[in-house]
Amino acid sequence: MKQFLTFVKKEFTHVFRDRKTLLILFGLPIVQIMIFGFALTNEVKNAHIVVVDYAKDIGTQQIISKIEASEYFEIEKIVMSRNEIEAAFRTGKIKMAVVFPENFYHDLMHQNKAPLQIITDASDPNTANTLTNYVTSIITDYQIEQNKFALQPYQIIPEIRMLYNPQLKGVHNFVPGVMALVLMLVCVMMTAISIVKEKETGTMEILLVSPFKPLLVIISKAVPYLILSLVNVVTILLLSVFVLELPINGSVLLLFAETTLFIVTCLSIGLLISVRTDSQQTAMLISLMGMLLPTILLSGFMFPIENMPLALQIISNIVPAKWYYIIVKSIMIKGVGFSAIWKETIILFGMTLFFLVVSMKNFKIRLA
Amino acid sequence: MKTLKYLLQKELRQIFRNKSIVAIILAVPIVQLLILPLAADYEVKNINLSIVDHDHSSYSEKLISKITASGYFKLTGYNASFTEALKLIEADKADLILEVPRGFERNLIRENQQKIFIAVNAINGTKANLGGSYLITIIRDFNGEIRLQLVSPSKLNTIPTIEITSSNWFNPLMNYKFFMVPGILAILLTMIAGYLSALNIVKEKEIGTIEQINVTPIKKHLFILGKLIPFWALGLIVFTLGLTVSWLVYGIVPLGSMGLLYGFVAVYLFAVLGFGLLISTYCDTQQQAMFIAFFFMMIFILMSGLFTSIDSMPGWAKMIAKLNPVTYMIDVMRMIVLKGSGFDDIKYHLLKVILFAIVLNCWAVFNYKKTS
Repeated sequence: MKQFLTFVKKEFTHVFRDRKTLLILFGLPIVQIMIFGFALTNEVKNAHIVVVDYAKDIGTQQIISKIEASEYFEIEKIVMSRNEIEAAFRTGKIKMAVVFPENFYHDLMHQNKAPLQIITDASDPNTANTLTNYVTSIITDYQIEQNKFALQPYQIIPEIRMLYNPQLKGVHNFVPGVMALVLMLVCVMMTAISIVKEKETGTMEILLVSPFKPLLVIISKAVPYLILSLVNVVTILLLSVFVLELPINGSVLLLFAETTLFIVTCLSIGLLISVRTDSQQTAMLISLMGMLLPTILLSGFMFPIENMPLALQIISNIVPAKWYYIIVKSIMIKGVGFSAIWKETIILFGMTLFFLVVSMKNFKIRLA
Repeated sequence: MKTLKYLLQKELRQIFRNKSIVAIILAVPIVQLLILPLAADYEVKNINLSIVDHDHSSYSEKLISKITASGYFKLTGYNASFTEALKLIEADKADLILEVPRGFERNLIRENQQKIFIAVNAINGTKANLGGSYLITIIRDFNGEIRLQLVSPSKLNTIPTIEITSSNWFNPLMNYKFFMVPGILAILLTMIAGYLSALNIVKEKEIGTIEQINVTPIKKHLFILGKLIPFWALGLIVFTLGLTVSWLVYGIVPLGSMGLLYGFVAVYLFAVLGFGLLISTYCDTQQQAMFIAFFFMMIFILMSGLFTSIDSMPGWAKMIAKLNPVTYMIDVMRMIVLKGSGFDDIKYHLLKVILFAIVLNCWAVFNYKKTS
């Protein structure tokens, strides 16, 4: 035991000596929370658009001032030909053009209908869709105002309730995602690299010939990263509670127990990578491309899994972060207890066991 | 010049000796380009809907069959009560609940007005938003149909209507992959070039071979150039591979000039490689270099407008996005590939990337010290 503690102390010294890495290790979750919490939104705001008004009558002026008043658009009023609109799209200066034809209001009043054209730069389809919807609803509102006294019989009024997240904030999705990502990064990548590094620089040989059990050498390497990642989780949770004002609805104890399980899963993956590779660069590329990217893509935190083709949906089941993400989301946001997440916990546990057994099998005391 | 030739020979040999690295460099972009656009699909479909129908009238049934016929929703089942349906939401089996109250049809006809309830699992904001608005659109359509049946048509015709026609240029079928693939290609290029160059000098530092180079009369800038050029060529190869994959798999052919595209990529690669080398000169171990590179890459990628529009960001975030070379690369990729933009359209982007390339590389040369 005393030997083990000495080894853990050695590893801690290693970690704490490298100030730059340490700074980033603690800075990373903070920066991620800030970016996801404040910089990235799925909303579309301040989109630059052009209004081409050939009519310049009372109707178009009313509609334009309505569009101007919304925070979604930054509008510019110029008369442009089709070719000029296309040129403006090509420079990327505008996202949409709204074209009112001549005699717009006159036609509306006398022929009971008037055309209006919306042209979008659909190279970004979702923005194009959203902008079209915004303008359409502004115009629908305008029409309802105009026809206040007209008959609107047999009306179905849909009442929408947003469960769990009334303001539709993105925070609810990404805080669990950031936790999974940071843990993955610290535990898988850092552990794998720090073990392979000893191999590469040749110090592994010295450790292996010491009377200390080889397996414990590896375990003592994992301990500092386990503690560091717990500190990171605490940072993320504190930030999300106090800065993003996202409360933890479920049991904090359960959350930490599940998090520790996931950390052990990650450490065992890191161990597996490290026993199978010989150079730091390979270990890094494998953990980056093989582990981190699937975590971002297939855990469901940035991209909804239900939308993916069936093959990817099946593959997503072998990504440990997916299960952890479901667990954290359930505990933090829905506030459910262990009975609702026992299945996910067992899956995660099984994965951990699998990775541990495989890496033990592959662990060699002798170097080639 | 001769020195540079020998340096290049050394670097190329080192790269190609490590077979696994070469395989990863070439295979990863292809695999990622095949998988990423499929995963990063923000088109919302298959929204799981659970229905609580207290009315069981012909109207409620018509409405439900209209909703299921729309193709956006997947019916998870009928529930007897709202609480039962809520359990499905808690288990993540349903995203939306539609509750039709008792007397829906009768009240609608007698009282001219009737409420209908929708509950949305709003944890997934995008999906909740879109799913809710699809459902409302369908209900509104249904409402219009009923109104047409019940009211004589002449009354409706007197209401003035604005007929909105919308056309979507450059991507009329609104294919989300057209938007993502060029962006992902830009990111892959950035990641491969950035990481490899960040790890390069530091590796020589860690294993000690840098000392041997430092005692030779090789000039600093030649040494850096010798490191840059092989990765630059590798980057262009990766880019060509990526373009081929996006043509074969997604049918995306750049609308604009190929020469312009390659010209921009060539300049951009110098900027990214310069950034990687700069990190490398500041670090002592590969672990450190990788971590710092990851940190900046992550910020660059998230703030590049790949997924979310830069216009919607708050002011401070816009500033960061402007100081981010990846932003310009993604923008230009989309402009040239999808919209066929020409030199005049991208000249300011090009100018900024040239500036990045010069500043970052000079900084790296300046910061690389032959004496410790």
